[in-house]
Amino acid sequence: MKILVCISNVPDTTSKINFTDGDTKFDTNGVQFVINPNDEFGLTRAMWFKEKQGATVHVANVGGPTTEPTIRKALAIGADEAIRVNAEPTDGFFVAQQLAEVVKNGGYDLVIAGRESIDYNGGMVPGILATLLDMNFVNTCISLEVDGNNATAMREIDGGKEKISTSLPLVIGGQKGLVEESDLRIPNMRGIMMARKKALNVIEPVDAAKATQDAKFEKPAAKGAVKLVDNVDDLINLLHNEAKAI
Amino acid sequence: MSTETIDKEILRGGQFLVKETKCDDVFTLEDLSEEQKMMRDSTKEFVDREIWAHWERFEGKDYAFTAETMRKAGELGLLGIAVPEEYGGMGMGFVSTMLVCDYISGATGSFSTSFGAHTGIGTMPITLYGNEEQKKKYVPKLASGEWLGSYCLTEPGAGSDANSGKTKAVLSDDGKYYSITGQKMWISNAGFCNLLIVFARIEDDKNITGFIVENDPDNGITMGDEEKKLGIHSSSTRQVFFNETKVPVEDMLSERGNGFKIAMNALNVGRIKLAAACLDAQRRVINEAVNYANERIQFKTPIINFGAIKAKIAEMATNTYVGESGSYRAAKNIEDRIAIRVAEGNSHQEAELKGVEEYAIECSILKVAVSEHVQFTSDEGLQIYGGMGYSAEAPMESAWRDSRIGRIYEGTNEINRMLAVGMLVKKAMKGHVDLLGPATAVGEELMGIPSFDAPDFSELFAEEKDLVARLKKVFLMVAGSAVQKFGPELEKHQQLMMAASNILIEVYMAESTILRTEKNAKRFGEESQATQIAMAKLNLYNAVDVILKNGKEAIVSFAEGDEQRIMLMGLKRFTKYTNNPNVVALRTQIADKVAADNGYTFD
Ligand SMILES: Cc1cc2nc3c(=O)[nH]c(=O)nc-3n(C[C@H](O)[C@H](O)[C@H](O)COP(=O)(O)OP(=O)(O)OC[C@H]3O[C@@H](n4cnc5c(N)ncnc54)[C@H](O)[C@@H]3O)c2cc1C
Repeated sequence: MKILVCISNVPDTTSKINFTDGDTKFDTNGVQFVINPNDEFGLTRAMWFKEKQGATVHVANVGGPTTEPTIRKALAIGADEAIRVNAEPTDGFFVAQQLAEVVKNGGYDLVIAGRESIDYNGGMVPGILATLLDMNFVNTCISLEVDGNNATAMREIDGGKEKISTSLPLVIGGQKGLVEESDLRIPNMRGIMMARKKALNVIEPVDAAKATQDAKFEKPAAKGAVKLVDNVDDLINLLHNEAKAI
Repeated sequence: MSTETIDKEILRGGQFLVKETKCDDVFTLEDLSEEQKMMRDSTKEFVDREIWAHWERFEGKDYAFTAETMRKAGELGLLGIAVPEEYGGMGMGFVSTMLVCDYISGATGSFSTSFGAHTGIGTMPITLYGNEEQKKKYVPKLASGEWLGSYCLTEPGAGSDANSGKTKAVLSDDGKYYSITGQKMWISNAGFCNLLIVFARIEDDKNITGFIVENDPDNGITMGDEEKKLGIHSSSTRQVFFNETKVPVEDMLSERGNGFKIAMNALNVGRIKLAAACLDAQRRVINEAVNYANERIQFKTPIINFGAIKAKIAEMATNTYVGESGSYRAAKNIEDRIAIRVAEGNSHQEAELKGVEEYAIECSILKVAVSEHVQFTSDEGLQIYGGMGYSAEAPMESAWRDSRIGRIYEGTNEINRMLAVGMLVKKAMKGHVDLLGPATAVGEELMGIPSFDAPDFSELFAEEKDLVARLKKVFLMVAGSAVQKFGPELEKHQQLMMAASNILIEVYMAESTILRTEKNAKRFGEESQATQIAMAKLNLYNAVDVILKNGKEAIVSFAEGDEQRIMLMGLKRFTKYTNNPNVVALRTQIADKVAADNGYTFD
C-alpha cells in the first residue's frame, strides 16, 4: 500500500496572532510552525500501516521553502519521502488541485489529509481532493483499518459514530481518534539524523485557479473588565438592566 | 562530527583574556543547524510529555520512575548523543551534546542530575579512556539506556580532596582480578545503576586508579539508604559499599595511577555540561514567573506592572541569556578543537580528551557562573510568586531547592573558582598563554599619562567592547602583580584567588554576551536585537560592579603605599564608563519584552 499524508505547516497553538498589510495577511513574525495536529494524527496512523502492514509513506506539503523544517520533522518521525509543491498555499481549492496532481503522479492507494488545518480552518482540502481524483472519501475520520483493498473507517457524526466500509483508493479527512495524543511520536535522534538523507523533492506547482480572496482578518474583541457581584439579586439586576441579557 | 574546514581563528583555552575575539568567530545559539533545532525540539517535547507532565512523581521521590524515564530517553537516542556511532551512539558534536543537556534540564533537577551522571561522568570515562574491548562491551548498553551508569569518586573522607580516597584495590595472587574494598558517598544513580565507575588506590600509589564495575549484589556491593536531600528529590543518591568486590584486571580503566586524571577530565566535561543543564531550568522558571506576574493582581493591577517585579524579570532573563552566550561559545571552541585534532591525525578519543582539557578554564568559569545564575533566577522566581512561591504545590519551591545543588557537585564553586585562576596561571608559566607580556604592558600603561582624547563610541557596542578590553586589564593587573608577589604561593591566598576568579568569570561572560549580540545584530539587524542589546549592556554594567568590588579587595589585600594607590587608580580608569547606561530603562525594556511574550524567547 502506498500512502500519501498531506501535511500543512501551521502556527503552534500558543502563537500570538497578528495581521499585516491592512489586516489582509497573517503576520508570521516570531511565530513557531508545527505539523497541523490533524495531519500529525494521520501521519502517526500511517506509520502504523508502515510498521504493521509494510506500507510506503510519503508526505506532501504545498508551501514555500520555509516549511521544510516541518516536512523534515515528518521524515524524522518516519515517512520515507517527501514532496514539497513550491507555492504559497493561497486557498483550499488551490492546495487541493496541487495535491491532486501529486496523487495522480504518485499512484497512491490511500491519501490521508487532516479534517482541517488549524490556521484558517477551511476544512476544504480533503473533500475537494477526493472529488478531483474521483476517489472514495471519508471525512472526520476517527479510525481506519485497511485489509487488502478494503477499508473500514469510523466517522464522527452528531452525537455518535458511523462505521463505513469502503475500498481503496481512498481519501480521508482525519482527526484525533485515528490515534490518540499519547501515540504521537517524538522524532528520535536517529530518525532526525536519517531525515537528512531522505529525499525531499521540490516540484513546481501546476496552473491552478484560486477560488477565494482574503478580504480582511479581524481578531475577536478583547475581553472587557469584569465586575464582581456579591449576591444573586444584584447579578439578576445587572444582567437584566445593564447587559440586557435576560 | 563536523568535517567543515575551520578557517576562523579559534582561541586556545584561557586566551580570551589576552586576545580580542571577533564576533563572527563566536558560535551562538542562533547558529544551530536545522538538525540541531530538531534535536532541541524533540528534547523539549520529551521533557514536556515525559517529565513535566509527571512532575509530582519526581517530587514524590519516585526513583523507579526516574530510571524508567531515563530508559525512555535512551529509546529516543538522548543518552547516546556524544557516543561515537561505532558504539551505538549518534556521534554528534559537542554542541549537540550541550544542547540536549540544556533542554533536558527544563523540568526538574532530579532528572537532569540523573541524566548528567549517566551520560557524563558515568559514560565518558569509558568513551574517553576505555580500550576497544571495554568500549565494545559497555558503551552500547549505556548509550541505549539498557544499562544506567554511576560514578563513584567521593568518599566520606574524600570530597573536594578527591585524590585522597581510602578505597583499596588489591591484585589477586593469580593476577586475574582486583579486589575492591571501601566506601563511596553521594553517588548519583546508585539506586538503579547497572554499572559503576569506581576509583580506588592500588597499594600506596600516589594517585588513584579507575575501574569499571558491574553492579552485582552478590559481588560484595551494597547500597546505603536513599539520602534525604534538600532537592533533586527523585535523583537517587546513596552510599555504595564495596567489600572485596572482584573486578577482572581487564576492567581497569586506562593505566594504574591514572584515575585522578580520568576523574578530573570527566569532570571538565561534566562542568560545562552542568552549566548547560542550568539553562532551560532558568527558562522554565522565567516562563512560569512571568506568566504568574502577568496574571496575579494586587492593588488592582497585574504585578508585572510594578518596577520591582520588572527588575527581577529583567535580571533573570539577562542571566539566562548570558549563560547561553558563554556556554555555546565554549562548546563550539571545544568541538572545533576536537575537529582540528582529528584532522591532525589523532584518534577521536585522544582528540576529544585534549579538546576538552584545553578549555578546562572555561569549563570551570561556566560551571560557577551558570550554577549561580540558576540559583538567583529560581530565588527571584520564588519571590515573584510571593506566598505561593513558598508552597510545594507551585513549581517555584522545587525549582529553588533543585537549583542549590549546582554549586556543590562537579567540584564545588570554591574549588572551581580556584581552579580557573590556578590553571590560567599555570598555563602562563608554561608559556601556553602569554599573560606576563600583557600584564607588564598594563603596568607600564598605569605609569603613563592616560589619553584624554574623547573616543568615538557611536557604533554599536563600541564603548562596551572598549570597556571589556579594559576589564581584562583589571585581571592582568591584579593577577599579574599577585603572581609576582607570591609566585607559586599564590594558591595559599585563597581570598585573593576568589576575587581574581570573580573578575575572570565576569570578563568571560560579559565578552561572550556582547559578541553573540553583536554577531546577531550584524546579520539580523539591530532592531531585531533591541532587547538582547539591552541585556548585554545590563550584564556588563553588573559585571563592572563585581569587578570593581573584587578588584579593590584584591589590591588592598597585597599592595601598599604607592603601588596600591596606582593600582586603585588603574582600577578606576579601567572600569570607567564614558556614558553611564540607564540601567533602570534597560531593565524596564527587557522586562516589558519578556512580559509581552509571556516568557523567555531569546533562545
Ligand atoms: C546530591 C549529590 C550528588 C552527588 N553525586 C556524586 C556522584 O555521582 N559521584 C561522586 O563521586 N560524587 C558525588 N557527589 C559528591 C560531590 O561531588 C561532593 O559533595 C563535592 O565534591 C564536595 O565534597 P564534600 O561534600 O566532601 O565537601 P568538602 O570537600 O568537605 O567541602 C566543604 C566545604 O569546604 C570547601 N573546601 C574544601 N576544600 C577546599 C579548599 N581546598 N579550598 C577552599 N575551600 C575548600 C568546599 O568548597 C565546601 O564549601 C554528590 C553530592 C551531592 C550532594
